[in-house]
Amino acid sequence: MSWNRKILRVNLTAGTCTPEPLNMEWANDYLGSRGLGTKYLTEEIDPKVDPLSPENKMIMATGPLTGTMASTGGRYTVITKGPLTGAIACSNSGGFFGAEMKFAGWDMIIFEGKSPKPVYLYVENEKAELRDAAHLWGTTCWHTEETIKAELQDPLVRVSSIGRSGENQVLFSCIVNDLHRAAGRSGVGAVMGSKNLKAVALRGTQGVSGVKDFPAFLKAANAAKQVLKDNAVTGQGLPKYGTQVLMNVINEVGALPTRNHRDVQFEEAGKISAEAMHEKRPTDGKAHLITNAACFGCTIACGRISQLDKGHFTVQNKPEYWGASGGLEYESAWSLGASNGVGDLEALQYANMLCNEDGFDPITFGATVSAVMELYELGILTKEQIGIEAPFGSAKALAYLAEITAQGIGFGKEVGLGSKRLTAKYGRPDLSMSVKGLEFPAYDGRGIQGIGLNYATSNRGACHVRGYTVASEVLGIPVKTDPLATEGKPGLVKAFQDATTIFDSAGVCLFTSFAWSVADVQPQVQAACEGDWSMEKMAIVGERIWNMERQFNLAAGFTAKDDNLPPRLTTEPAKTGPAKGRVNELGKMLPEYYEVRGWTPEGVPTAETLARLGL
Amino acid sequence: MRITIKLYATLTDYLPGHAVGNKVDVDLPEGCTVEGALAPFGLPPKLTHLVLVDGTFIAPEDRNVRPLKDGEVLAVWPPIAGG
Ligand code: SF4
Repeated sequence: MSWNRKILRVNLTAGTCTPEPLNMEWANDYLGSRGLGTKYLTEEIDPKVDPLSPENKMIMATGPLTGTMASTGGRYTVITKGPLTGAIACSNSGGFFGAEMKFAGWDMIIFEGKSPKPVYLYVENEKAELRDAAHLWGTTCWHTEETIKAELQDPLVRVSSIGRSGENQVLFSCIVNDLHRAAGRSGVGAVMGSKNLKAVALRGTQGVSGVKDFPAFLKAANAAKQVLKDNAVTGQGLPKYGTQVLMNVINEVGALPTRNHRDVQFEEAGKISAEAMHEKRPTDGKAHLITNAACFGCTIACGRISQLDKGHFTVQNKPEYWGASGGLEYESAWSLGASNGVGDLEALQYANMLCNEDGFDPITFGATVSAVMELYELGILTKEQIGIEAPFGSAKALAYLAEITAQGIGFGKEVGLGSKRLTAKYGRPDLSMSVKGLEFPAYDGRGIQGIGLNYATSNRGACHVRGYTVASEVLGIPVKTDPLATEGKPGLVKAFQDATTIFDSAGVCLFTSFAWSVADVQPQVQAACEGDWSMEKMAIVGERIWNMERQFNLAAGFTAKDDNLPPRLTTEPAKTGPAKGRVNELGKMLPEYYEVRGWTPEGVPTAETLARLGL
Repeated sequence: MRITIKLYATLTDYLPGHAVGNKVDVDLPEGCTVEGALAPFGLPPKLTHLVLVDGTFIAPEDRNVRPLKDGEVLAVWPPIAGG
């Protein structure tokens, strides 16, 4: 079976690394990665714990398919209590780090306590040790990865690290692996920083040996790969255009949040789209996009690798940013671009590179800049306070704020709080476009009703990858539904949310779900793992994981009042596009959502629901 | 009447050479349907997936009956997704 049955417990206070057996009963009930890691976390911490205290724990977890021949099987998840939200934080990343953890013989690593001084964890197969990281502290993720590889004299070591952002506990810090892949949201990097843990370096040479029925697994994995290849989205669209292909679509349907959600269409969307990334720049005759790229074992290869125009104002005389680097993906192009009214593709990629280099979430960062720009336009924040004129559309302000945030220089310290705390400080909490403290991604809930309901109910705050109903409501996957209708959306949201937990917990990429359903994941899990992994069981496990996360949040102090949207989304109608005149009708959908979930009208799972799910 | 046709992603290749920024304006007879407007571009049916008129989805069965109106924008994508 493809769990290693072994976890590593790292007590940072005591400086110890202790192997222990994986709880197989829990593995059987929660599958792996997101589900299993969350089970461990909820059993081991008080939900009311201060996220940045030594009492919080941080878990890096793989799934049973991580490191196997399953397509996209390179994913891992970071689970902790999030400092930005105070809710469960569960951030998923691709690249190669997750697979390496499996190859080294571990299913997950649990970090507890706080180191008295900066350290990094080095794992080489069964050997695990904490090493001094004084020389790495105060440096970026890129510098850290390069230095660790050099000092270990092993270019094949896989590194996850925090930059100066995580060290300074910027509340939306990421953990970056393989230079430009990140466990991005909810501020998991700040938790790592609070523990004085700079990096985790892994080297594994053992492969994944325990697949239960290898011939059956190979057959199932190959069949599933064929599905990805034959599908126009995963076989052609994503490799060629990446996620950025959405920019023009979402703009056209009138759901591209623009200028802090004041507008739902961006007049310069075309300039920051996938199509624009393919075009030759008039300045140097080169296209922004260099190539696509794949994470471990991925047969889709949606990643973008781009190169900036050396003459652009952001990188003049800065050769360290002239090389090819990850991005732009749709979310960051939107959050740094449309959300701020900035149509300068080069400036967006520059800000995105700083996010990767120093480890902070471009979605929350971009959305916080949007709030700053709105406060500036309202005269509540001044040039003197911010350090630069910051109207919507200013690429200079965007670049400047990206440069000062990770290190908390001047006004950067306030940006580092995220939009909820920053807008509250200046008396306008209504201008934070967030739910449970987490900023919205790139879809407006007025033009796409179901995604609004998903944002309001997502367990980690406003998040699209918790229940990506956009697939159905806009893109017609698996079936087209009307984005402006509210009927049927509670059931649709629940179905997407529960299915997503299975993809995340198995250890595969959610982007496979544009071609795969759970029915394509199931035979792979069944062949890889011991026990019953029927479709019926998968459905229960998916719903169980969702309810477990909900229970954690309720115990942490969240209530139905927090299943809400900012007033702008529910009271200010969209100004243009097909949704013109519409607001998000959350009030219509939420009671039915609670009902289909088997929750009380107060949003609490009933005793019957908990019993049915074995919680 | 004059309408704007926009073709995106891999359909960019089907735009005439003079098209700028993924779009081209065309003059069409009154009452021309969505399907009629797209016919000269020779788009492969399998790639004519997401068809929007002024941002609103036109289902496959309506494409040969939905008449276009002057000034409307017809945008088409192959099957695509992102996140
Ligand atoms: S689809 Fe994209 S994000 Fe997912 S594993 Fe493949 S390259 Fe990575």
